[in-house]
Amino acid sequence: MLQVKDLHANIGEKEILKGVNLTVKPGEVHAIMGPNGSGKSTLASVLAGNPVFTVTGGSVTFCGKELLELSPEDRSHEGLFLSFQYPVEIPGVSMVNFMRAAVNEQRKYRGEEPLSATDFLRIMREKREIVELDNKLASRSVNEGFSGGEKKRNEIFQMAMLQPKLSILDETDSGLDIDALRVVAGGVNKLKTEQNATIVITHYQRLLDYIAPDYVHVLYKGRIVKSGGPELALELEEKGYDWIKRELGE
Amino acid sequence: MEKDKNIDKNNIIDDVTNSEYKHGFVTDIETDIIPVGLNEDIIRLISQKKGEPEWLLNFRLRAFEYWKTMPLPDWAHLNIPEIDFQAISYYAAPKTKDAPKSLDEVDPEIIKTFDKLGIPLEERMHLAGVAVDAVMDSVSVRTTYREKLAELGVIFCSFNEAVKEYPDLVKKYLGSVVGYRDNFYAALNSAVFSDGSFVYIPKGVRCPMELSTYFRINAMGTGQFERTLIVADEESYVSYLEGCTAPMRDENQLHAAIVEIVVNDRAEVKYSTVQNWYPGDKEGRGGVYNFVTKRGICRESAKLSWTQVETGSAITWKYPSCILAGDNSIGEFYSVAVTNNHQQADTGTKMIHLGKNTKSTIVSKGISAGKSQNSYRGLVRVAPNADGARNYTQCDSLLLSDECGAHTFPYVDVKNKSAVVEHEATTSKINEEQIFYCNQRGIPTEEAVALIVNGYAKEVMNKLPMEFAVEAQKLLQVSLEGSVG
Repeated sequence: MLQVKDLHANIGEKEILKGVNLTVKPGEVHAIMGPNGSGKSTLASVLAGNPVFTVTGGSVTFCGKELLELSPEDRSHEGLFLSFQYPVEIPGVSMVNFMRAAVNEQRKYRGEEPLSATDFLRIMREKREIVELDNKLASRSVNEGFSGGEKKRNEIFQMAMLQPKLSILDETDSGLDIDALRVVAGGVNKLKTEQNATIVITHYQRLLDYIAPDYVHVLYKGRIVKSGGPELALELEEKGYDWIKRELGE
Repeated sequence: MEKDKNIDKNNIIDDVTNSEYKHGFVTDIETDIIPVGLNEDIIRLISQKKGEPEWLLNFRLRAFEYWKTMPLPDWAHLNIPEIDFQAISYYAAPKTKDAPKSLDEVDPEIIKTFDKLGIPLEERMHLAGVAVDAVMDSVSVRTTYREKLAELGVIFCSFNEAVKEYPDLVKKYLGSVVGYRDNFYAALNSAVFSDGSFVYIPKGVRCPMELSTYFRINAMGTGQFERTLIVADEESYVSYLEGCTAPMRDENQLHAAIVEIVVNDRAEVKYSTVQNWYPGDKEGRGGVYNFVTKRGICRESAKLSWTQVETGSAITWKYPSCILAGDNSIGEFYSVAVTNNHQQADTGTKMIHLGKNTKSTIVSKGISAGKSQNSYRGLVRVAPNADGARNYTQCDSLLLSDECGAHTFPYVDVKNKSAVVEHEATTSKINEEQIFYCNQRGIPTEEAVALIVNGYAKEVMNKLPMEFAVEAQKLLQVSLEGSVG
């Protein structure tokens, strides 16, 4: 589904990703861990096409397409979803209008008719139950005045609406209390199928207690320096990152 | 204190009947009557062609005499190319002569906009100035509409008709809110106004429908020096819509309109405008210069709300204002002004608090894109006797490019210690993160900008009547197309 080969990316003059390799197949959950500043969020942003970053080398194929040649909106239409670490507020734009625009743009890309208002509202009602968002959400402005937990639940709600093939969850656990974490992780698990895949970016094992990864990768200084099974995350939780640095001869 | 108040009132409400005018002067009628230019003969000719009574001719002539003494105003933050007032034709309908014969002759950019707004074919032809008057079916619509209003005693007709059919009402209120001495363009309009609308709502009547110039076809050909007079008698209510949301092709470079509104005791008037005159092309060539004087006077416990969405014109100079003369009267101004490419707008409002416990609210949302300049200019004045006056002003600017400008010129003049005047202002640039967030959800940048801008302007858009608001939203999107790169 996703093949990242020797991916390099800069912000301004500064190189952040220095040759990332990663392969994700349908049905898999990959966790990417690593110390602060190692490039985890950059990797998520670059895959989603954030223009702040410049790709300087490497290639990415996504479901048979050259991902890096697609506009950010077409990456979304092709089934790539990013749950933002810091979801932005859009004052005055209601969630209903925002989501309807998003869903109908996706349908247009796929050559489908726009959803009727009734159908749309019905789907919206079904999906928000997955993350236990109340019905006042519809009339509220996108993320405006949402608590940290509501913002993250709102991200997973949007994921449910757009039904992506690949979801990248960028520190979805940051700023969540344990109840909110359970709801958010529960939502992600309900949306899991054999056809879609998830990349979970996190600092902590805590989230992985709820979303069980098949593979764990350590991103350090812009490269994936170690990969393993779920036990790697536990080891990191216990020992920190220093032993990896030592392994790398630092 | 009392003296101050009177001076205030005299400045603001120019009393026509007090001013001097010449009776029966002799005119040298030139053998060769020129179509362009402005002089007494031209004014007499305009008045004569319209079959106007003498008092109206005299009103025009007094305005003209005064206009000749006035300097061109230069205080606005606008770069106005020199206008040769003698090179303009002030009468006749030159448009029908030069009008395109079919839609094929109309600017394709305008046709594209029609497509996006979903304007029906007949309306398109009309808006584009194609000469099809006789073909259109709107006459019957208009008639039924007027009959229904007549049952309630509501008068809604062209200004020229009103002069003939309701001369007493026109005579009583014409120039009572915007005197011809008010400003340069008001004087010019008073001298040469072509036609416009007249509305009268009798005492205690709630007008059951939105009155709109949209339905009044003949207003279209007379846009250059339009004159609107609305009188809402005691305890009445009316909502009036001006303009339409498609770009009107107009060869007239200069527009100088006057809108006067009288809101009598406990009456309420809502006046909504969507202005989308031709803004000129992307290089700033052509486009309408829009110099408008709009003002209303509120008597005791009366309320006047101005809502405007301004996206058109090369130059906009416009300050819809409220004179809160009666105690407990309320004035409101909600504005969205969009400028793109080389457009310039200097727009805002004046809230003049004269009565006790008067309240005013100003919400101005400026959106600048391209190389445009967008200024808010507002005055809040509290007269010495206006105990308990309150004003709240919110003035926001949104920038969509690095080359545009947003400016705010708030004037506050308070002469009463009990007044509470609040002013809030923000300036923001459209946020790249917001656009990327929308992109990530599959919403392309153009649509994302429209969504974000409409969200930003929502507070004002919500004040528009429903059908109007939907079109105005689409209009914002069309106006800003290609503005974020």
